[in-house]
Amino acid sequence: MSIDELVQGVLNQKRRYLARLISLIEDEDIQAMEALSQLYKHTGKGHIIGVTGPPGSGKSSLVTKLTAEFRKRSKTIGIICVDPSSPFTGGALLGDRIRMQEHSLDDEVYVRSMGTRGHLGGLARATSDAVRAVDAFGKDIIFVETVGTGQSEVEVVDVAHTVIVTDVPGSGDDIQAIKAGIMEIADIFVVNKSDLAGADKKVTEINAMLDIDPKEQAWRPPVLLTNARTGEGIPELVDNILAHLEHLKGSGLLQKKGLQRSRDELQELMKYKLTKELSQKLQGKPEYEKAIKMIAKRKQDPYTVAEQLIAEFLFSETR
Amino acid sequence: MSSSKKIRVLVAKPGLDGHDRGVKIVARALRDAGMEVIYTGLRQTPEMVVRAALDEGVHCIGLSILSGAHNALFPKIMELLKAEGVSDILVVGGGIIPEDDIPDLKKAGISEIFGPGTPLDVIVEYIKTNVKL
Amino acid sequence: MGDNKTLPAAVKRWDENTVAKTIGKFPEREETFLTISGVPVNRLYTPLDSKDLDYEKDLGFPGEYPFTRGIQPTGYRGRLWTMRQYSGFATAKESNERFHFLLDQGQTGLSVAFDLPTQIGYDSDHPLALGEVGKVGVAIDSLADMEILFDNIPLDKVSTSMTINADAVVLLAMYIAVAEKQGVSMDKLRGTIQGDILKEYVARGTYIFPLSPSMRLITDTFKFCSEKMPLWNTISISGYHIREAGSTATQEVAFTLANGIAYVQAAIDVGLDVDAFASRLSFFFGSHSDFLEEICKFRAARRLWARIMRERFKAKKDSSCRMRFHTQTAGCTLTAQQPDNNIVRVTLQALQAVLGGTQSLHTNSRDEALSLPTEESVQIALRTQQIIGHESGVGDTVDPLAGSYYIESLTNEIENKAMEYIQKIDGMGGAPAAIENGYIQREIHEAAYSFQKSVDSNERVVVGVNKFQVDEEQKFDYLRVNPESELEQIEQLNNLRKSRDDDKVQTALHDLRLGAEGETNLVPLIIEAVKVYATLGEICGVLRDVFGEYKATDL
Repeated sequence: MSIDELVQGVLNQKRRYLARLISLIEDEDIQAMEALSQLYKHTGKGHIIGVTGPPGSGKSSLVTKLTAEFRKRSKTIGIICVDPSSPFTGGALLGDRIRMQEHSLDDEVYVRSMGTRGHLGGLARATSDAVRAVDAFGKDIIFVETVGTGQSEVEVVDVAHTVIVTDVPGSGDDIQAIKAGIMEIADIFVVNKSDLAGADKKVTEINAMLDIDPKEQAWRPPVLLTNARTGEGIPELVDNILAHLEHLKGSGLLQKKGLQRSRDELQELMKYKLTKELSQKLQGKPEYEKAIKMIAKRKQDPYTVAEQLIAEFLFSETR
Repeated sequence: MSSSKKIRVLVAKPGLDGHDRGVKIVARALRDAGMEVIYTGLRQTPEMVVRAALDEGVHCIGLSILSGAHNALFPKIMELLKAEGVSDILVVGGGIIPEDDIPDLKKAGISEIFGPGTPLDVIVEYIKTNVKL
Repeated sequence: MGDNKTLPAAVKRWDENTVAKTIGKFPEREETFLTISGVPVNRLYTPLDSKDLDYEKDLGFPGEYPFTRGIQPTGYRGRLWTMRQYSGFATAKESNERFHFLLDQGQTGLSVAFDLPTQIGYDSDHPLALGEVGKVGVAIDSLADMEILFDNIPLDKVSTSMTINADAVVLLAMYIAVAEKQGVSMDKLRGTIQGDILKEYVARGTYIFPLSPSMRLITDTFKFCSEKMPLWNTISISGYHIREAGSTATQEVAFTLANGIAYVQAAIDVGLDVDAFASRLSFFFGSHSDFLEEICKFRAARRLWARIMRERFKAKKDSSCRMRFHTQTAGCTLTAQQPDNNIVRVTLQALQAVLGGTQSLHTNSRDEALSLPTEESVQIALRTQQIIGHESGVGDTVDPLAGSYYIESLTNEIENKAMEYIQKIDGMGGAPAAIENGYIQREIHEAAYSFQKSVDSNERVVVGVNKFQVDEEQKFDYLRVNPESELEQIEQLNNLRKSRDDDKVQTALHDLRLGAEGETNLVPLIIEAVKVYATLGEICGVLRDVFGEYKATDL
């Protein structure tokens, strides 16, 4: 399959080409970048919604129900589910589709499961490129679902226009996690499984925490109750998601975010390229290996060697 | 080939039987062998299996049936794959499948059938060896 | 049991002298011995290992609380266990012929297996039924099929066991309707519906509705039967499938009893008196391959359930505390390799179940790892039970292994470990909550995976699979289901839809919908619907609409 075919296939909304492109992105194939650079001008239309929260907080079920509601409102949907890969084997068990069966034959819904792998460019690179591919494909709404257990979700939400943080009643310890990491990134809080005892208490707790946030907020994140099993609260959640997008547009934040994102991405890409190039050039070079040994023996220091190697391998035209 | 290239496998239970002990163990073993395993759960129609395989860009599909519906469902899945123009996905099956049925299933395009008692390593190795990356 | 003051020193001496000397010359086969469930097994058990056992409190007498030594005062001396072989045939007509044959042979207990579409509430022409119609049992779409199934079988004379869960209430309604046409009132009907939905979510997979409406169908059935069907067993709480899914023996006891607790609690919560229904509860376990551990498992389960019923649920009647159970030899231990070896496995497993005091027993056929069993294989399986019952003599005294230091020690250990699990599950809010959050499924999966790894790495020997293999060609006669029967079944269904009174069907389904949306007991409404030939798929369709469908979340 040539790059042109791939690009045309994606633009003509052929699912197999989209699947192929995302595979190339995941495999960090050089063709992926070429295709994406051609597709770039066709992106920027989709509303990207990040969904994150602790394991067991019903993210996939919530995304499934949100998809149903958006489909009722005639929107087309792309879903990227990111699950951790094993750091030891590199393998991953990706089970989010289990909970998304009701859309499994809907032509307007595309679901893709991704493992975090050990990407050179970090998780954000592959995920945001996959999102971009789905965007170019023409989906109106693109969900990015990640497990909120560490740093990764914070990276991923850089991609999203609207970030939903989910939690469930009774998970006392998780509130700490929210405090620590992802409180700041939420545009909407969802307390899922509203039928469980303690749901209202959880809402109150999160609201209380939002209230002590000292900075002036043009958008006060709403805290919503949902039940992804019965669908309760889902239409309200969709209304809030759309309201958030309107807020972004109206306040000029969308533009501002877009600029910031382009800046970040450009820097990120240059860093990635440079790192990759450097590591390729240094690979197996005797002077590189020798320098490492010298540093270990305290015969040389890493500060000087780093400067020298960069100057020699990255910026010297003769190599 | 890039270093981060991974074998992606869809593990599916077409039909209605709910015995998923085997399929879950195999899924876990494939993961432990470094593959990315997409599991879709019970009660998959052939259409659902094929759609998931294509969207997920898998290199291999592993099907498990213990109810005896394999003669109806395995060939149907192969037909749908063919109709989609797919020929590079390795398809293997497992479950309670009588020896006599295997030749016809292979003729329909199933590459290998793994019966009860197959060591996990055998399945892992078979996929690693035969998959087209 | 042991009050020997010098014994600890004696054991120490034996260990340090006699044993040490022998081990020096002849090392043991393994460093540590484990039961198949991973429980460490000591070299020797002595009175010290069950020294806290209080005979009257912990063992008691057969037929008396806490029933450790069995629920029958005379064990098998009065009557042997019921030899009940589960079987499935494609169509109602074939099954009916088989039933007549069995009844002519003097059998009075019928056992019905249903195909998967029937178990999951789909009519035979549903897209998901493709290839499944009549495959693992009989296809029932409507009362018309049920009438054929029990044609000319006097339902006041037989007892019928139906392996049906999510939609058990619909099949029960059909059974009641067929009986009524025969002039048999429902208070005379004897039999069992499996009706254990919780283990379907955990292990067997034929669920339809979410947990809470499923529990409602069960309590509706409990309530209905406690008033109208005093001879009917309303549920068979099943550990068998949990074990088959890969659990350990302890988990099998723990998760089954945790499910049992959930049913009892649900029934109490809707206002039933525990002593009004508890004696109609029955259980179903697997008999796996660790001989002594399994015997202990049965004894531990019986004692633990008795204690739960008395101490937790305050049951007054002894019959409410009495655990009656059916046993099936473990299908997952059968090997496709050298299938005749399975006869020996089944023999040992059957013997365990008898030594553990089962009320009824199904012995698997040697070829079940390959396909549905042939008639010859089924006969060998049945003969196995008959040899144990009539030749071995193990049934001539009650609970013959009681008092064995190892048996009593392991019985205690399984009971204690199971209780720990149950407390953990209670802490999560009970079995339904532990299922919804995937805890029970994960525990079982972990056990299954580590077992498979131990087989693959040859730590655990499976004869013919990872040791003592031979080159063999698997040649067997298979019982095959005629592919035509699927088409015939669909044709009959279409004819039925044309010939019945559709207005009556719509009215009955509408009433059912209103009932389901409210809180009324659904059993009478379902009986009305089946009587006017609403199909199983239509009835379950209405309930699916109102209740929604369960979505598995585990992995």
